[in-house]
Amino acid sequence: MMKKLSIAAVAALTLSAGAATAAGGGEQHIEDVAFSFEGPFGTFDQAQLQRGLQVYTEVCAGCHGLQYVPLRTLGDEGGPHFSDAEVRAYAAQNFSVYDEELEEDRPAKPTDFFPAITAAGAPDLSLMAKGRAGFHGPSGTGINQLFKGMGGPEYIVSILTGYTGKEKEEAGTIFYENTAFPGGWIAMAPPLSDELVEYADGHSNSAHHMAEDVSAFLMWAAEPKMMARKQAGFVGVLMLVILSTLLYLTNKRLWAPHKGKH
Amino acid sequence: MSGIPHDHYEPKTKGEKWLHKRLPIVGLVYDTIMIPTPKNLNWWWIWGIVLAYCLVHMIVTGIILVMHYTPHVDYAFASVEHIMRDVRGGHMIRYLHMNGGSLFFLAVYIHMFRGLYYGSYKAPREITWIVGMLIFLLMMGTGFMGYVLPWGQMSFWGATVITGLFGAIPFIGEPIQTWLLGGPAVDNATLNRFFSLHYLLPFIIAALVVVHIWAFHTTGNNNPTGVEVRRGSKEEVEKDTLPFWPYFVIKDLFALAVILAVFFAVVGFMPNYLGHPDNYIEANPLVTPAHIVPEWYFLPFYAILRAFTADVWVVQWAGALTGGIIDAKFFGVLAMFGAIIAMALVPWLDTSRVRSGRFRPMFKWWFYLLIIDFVVLMWLGAMPAEEPYATYSLIGSAYWFAYFFVILPILGVVEKPTPQPATIEEDFAAHYGKPAE
Repeated sequence: MMKKLSIAAVAALTLSAGAATAAGGGEQHIEDVAFSFEGPFGTFDQAQLQRGLQVYTEVCAGCHGLQYVPLRTLGDEGGPHFSDAEVRAYAAQNFSVYDEELEEDRPAKPTDFFPAITAAGAPDLSLMAKGRAGFHGPSGTGINQLFKGMGGPEYIVSILTGYTGKEKEEAGTIFYENTAFPGGWIAMAPPLSDELVEYADGHSNSAHHMAEDVSAFLMWAAEPKMMARKQAGFVGVLMLVILSTLLYLTNKRLWAPHKGKH
Repeated sequence: MSGIPHDHYEPKTKGEKWLHKRLPIVGLVYDTIMIPTPKNLNWWWIWGIVLAYCLVHMIVTGIILVMHYTPHVDYAFASVEHIMRDVRGGHMIRYLHMNGGSLFFLAVYIHMFRGLYYGSYKAPREITWIVGMLIFLLMMGTGFMGYVLPWGQMSFWGATVITGLFGAIPFIGEPIQTWLLGGPAVDNATLNRFFSLHYLLPFIIAALVVVHIWAFHTTGNNNPTGVEVRRGSKEEVEKDTLPFWPYFVIKDLFALAVILAVFFAVVGFMPNYLGHPDNYIEANPLVTPAHIVPEWYFLPFYAILRAFTADVWVVQWAGALTGGIIDAKFFGVLAMFGAIIAMALVPWLDTSRVRSGRFRPMFKWWFYLLIIDFVVLMWLGAMPAEEPYATYSLIGSAYWFAYFFVILPILGVVEKPTPQPATIEEDFAAHYGKPAE
């Protein structure tokens, strides 16, 4: 019996093999960052999401869109949680959208989405933190995703801070060497440098801190219901543990007359 | 409906008699859930209930998802994001459905390997086994088409690769592939028909589940000893069995609750663990992902599909014998479906007269090796198609076929089984003592 159980355990552990091989390859260097939202009880850090939004707005939004994220969700609990007035002001100040009724551009409203910015050919960032996995091993089994998480935000941090400073030109495009990018050469110029963004809360604005902040923000953008989901999961597990206990006792009592005592 | 003698439903009140005369539906339900069940069933027998739960779980969450999903190449991906962000509770429903598929396949594999170990497929339960294999095939089809619906990169490229398998059939392959896709490539027509079939097939599965249950209610359950229930009289039956309700319903529900606790932990805390990150990138026919990997539950068969490359001697032989009609690609397709057909044929390939692996000292080890083989093939299916994985896949695939076509037939002849208990009652008493008087 034990043999069978241990085989089942091995099987369960390797189930993840499918998730293991992600977009990239094996040789990328992905740094493991201790984010506040990791683990079953991890939550988003509201101040960090707000700083991350600032980095996105001032730096990333030059080339990257967030087309699936509604602006109004910036006011949602469990997210950056801005006030209604702040969301309205943010939308109006930073983005304009084409209004089909007015037949002209107008400032964005909370009911609009972040714009899809495609001019530079850069990928949309709405789901970037879920569309990449940082950890695949050991041997592609994906087991370390169990302990470290999928590694999407870590992948983004590693890309943003993984530039070696080397450049090369190929067919008129400049590529930058990056230790986290599959293949090692990326078309995106290093976007962050120390003190590029001025934080209102006085938090350190080293390039690495900004990379962490914007990655946390992008994780929220990709999974805005994470806090609600974890809560639902926790309640579900708790209820089922109670139900299991009751059913265990019921079952034991039910079978007792049919089993002799040893 | 049951071949084992037991008390049948007797309508008592006037109302019950009135209904029973016109439609004996209460009697049908009574006879179904009061079936005498071998009392020595162990915990490997709980997965049937888990599977029944999974089917209901998938249909219920699926129907809710359909209310918000748009099966069109321009809107499918965005409508899934709409479900994840705007629909109340939509993110939970979607993750429950997505991971529900994994639970379904985990349960079906354990259920199948339980059947393989305890010889549940042997006479007189061949029909139960065959119907089960049909359900498994339909599940694979349903799962595959469901994975296409979110219209992510892996959806699109998975669909392209798998429908391409049909294109490998000699002469008629390409017309069949075009017919399946509704066009020359995976496109809106493909998405629409997959959506339609993904909704239809679960109901066919439900019908087959009824047949599956009907079949084993006719023969009675197998049990860990493989010794049949004595059915000479009701008294004899009662020594070997207990009614399904309440004894096994409560036992199975307890197991289900424990499994669901783990399931909810996965859904709540790591819902994307079993998925592929690339499916959060919208389908793009112009960009091929670096690795096209199916869902974990297809990986063992995917590994078998890829194992037979053009440099393998059996493939070359098959090519030479058929004048090149069977090429490496078609051979791989045949091998993949053959691996499932081998399982379906096991009632006639296993020559042993002893049913349960518990009393088959040699069989046991080959069976454990088969499980290891399955897990290793699962890992290999996710690896790139290069050395050393290609060679490992070939060895793993060879063992899969050898187990069914060589080892099982021979073992039945050469193996000396250990003594079996005379009755289920005896086996139960040996484990749990005699019932208290």
